[in-house]
Amino acid sequence: MRGNPLRHFPGTGTAAASFFVFLYAPVVVLIGLSFNSGRSSTLWEGFTFDWYGVVLDNPDILRAAKNSLIVGVIATVIATVFATIAAIGLDRARFRGMNAVNSVIALPLIVPEIVTAVATLIFFLSIGLKLGLGTVILAHVVFCIPFAYLPIKARLEGMPATFREAAADLYANEWQVFRRITLPLLWPGVIAGAMLAFITSLDDFVISYFVAGPGASTLPIYIFASLRMGVTPEVNAISSLMLVVSILFVSISAWIGRRSR
Amino acid sequence: MSVMDYFRRSPAARRTALISPAVGLIVFFMVVPLGLMLVYSFLQRATYGGVIWQVSFESYIQFLFERDLDDSLLFNSAYLQIYGRSFILAGITTLLCVVIGFPTALYLVQQPERRRNILMFLVTIPFWTNLLVRTYAWILLLRREGLVDFGLEWLGITQEPLGLLYSDTANLIGLVYSFVPFMVLPIYSSLEKLDFRLVEAAYDLGATRLTALRRVIVPLSMPGIAAGCILVFVPCLGAYVTPELLGGGKALMIGNLIQQQFGASQNWPFGAALSFALLAIVLFALVAYSLRFGRGALTEGR
Repeated sequence: MRGNPLRHFPGTGTAAASFFVFLYAPVVVLIGLSFNSGRSSTLWEGFTFDWYGVVLDNPDILRAAKNSLIVGVIATVIATVFATIAAIGLDRARFRGMNAVNSVIALPLIVPEIVTAVATLIFFLSIGLKLGLGTVILAHVVFCIPFAYLPIKARLEGMPATFREAAADLYANEWQVFRRITLPLLWPGVIAGAMLAFITSLDDFVISYFVAGPGASTLPIYIFASLRMGVTPEVNAISSLMLVVSILFVSISAWIGRRSR
Repeated sequence: MSVMDYFRRSPAARRTALISPAVGLIVFFMVVPLGLMLVYSFLQRATYGGVIWQVSFESYIQFLFERDLDDSLLFNSAYLQIYGRSFILAGITTLLCVVIGFPTALYLVQQPERRRNILMFLVTIPFWTNLLVRTYAWILLLRREGLVDFGLEWLGITQEPLGLLYSDTANLIGLVYSFVPFMVLPIYSSLEKLDFRLVEAAYDLGATRLTALRRVIVPLSMPGIAAGCILVFVPCLGAYVTPELLGGGKALMIGNLIQQQFGASQNWPFGAALSFALLAIVLFALVAYSLRFGRGALTEGR
């Protein structure tokens, strides 16, 4: 397979290299500049952790981070539980209206974010909900469901029926089969789904921006607002922190998924 | 008979009970709101945001016409132009993503498995990192006397700072940057399924590399390319963050126009109508794709 000259297409290596540089150079520059002691975004003036100190001393950032965390955790837990039981209900099922059910679950992935944001805002206000952290959580639960659902569904599909059949042969009732066989085998999928839901919630800007009331700013909303004021090393530091947290989470999620395959 | 017994006897009832929470939530908080949005687009605007519950076609008239002093309608292409601009920008972005994404995917499928897995992981990471933050990184690079200006001058390509930020070019760079991984993944998965013996057969029959590429590889990976185009074009059309941060006020796209109706302009029915138009375009693109390439092809190609 390797080194077959016929399979080699000249130039694709260069293209791929430029692709990865294009994809990662801005991230590397951003993280690098967050350690720059000067305020310049071009000149390197020395290494410092100071901006991270400034971030941790800023009560607005801490409040926004706390909001993001509250929203992320609650939305993730609810979305993951709902996604898990839905995935179990839909496992190997064939029934009329199944396509409709699948489309509904995938809907948050299809509808453009800005449209979801507009529709959700209109809906919340017309049923008389006061915009605040609660409305953000509610909106996040909805769009986190498909992100939690997909890895769980993939895990269920890859799970051979033989284990469950064997348990049933040994007189396990359905609840025991679920509790002792299905759930332990499903667990890595559930964790991976929860992590993806959490990152998706943490990263969301557009929908949160529309449905967050006063005092309910999440981190992305805070960053967006401070970008309006101009570029500061403080924003570099908080942005870098968010990037590192996301990358860490995806890596752990991928690692769990792979290890237990 | 206990509830558990009932569910044990009726798999259909149990299935419904398991599916309902998730489906019910999405229906109640997404399908219903989308319907309400359509209703809002046919209502009258209230001066300070919100609506007056009276049927009106004003939003759809406003999309194409403006009212003169004597209340006669004059054709106004301003909003149509913003939709047109967004289509063109999304189209160019999609094209650039194919140009970058196809050779990259072709390179990736040739790699040994271990290396390929690591590289594919690097392709997926941007999906899960904050778009706002990644876009912000480009502000640092593109601003006047930022690193891009600095680099170009250092290389001797330009003599003075270009100040690319807040232009269509900056907007395009940001859009391609945001969505190019969506192009690489589906093309990669269709190239992975491609039987390379067909390419070897083409060589045996005297095809050059370019011919093999054009006549065998590209046609066979067409479903992946098309899926990638949809996955790039659709979110691009509704982009809000990128044009807002990199395009400045000059490069208005549909997303920004919609946001304005709920911000400064306080014209909710018009905002609802604009959103509905965007949704309709997106659904049309998705239906057209699944009619051509088969149901579910989009998610499988991913």
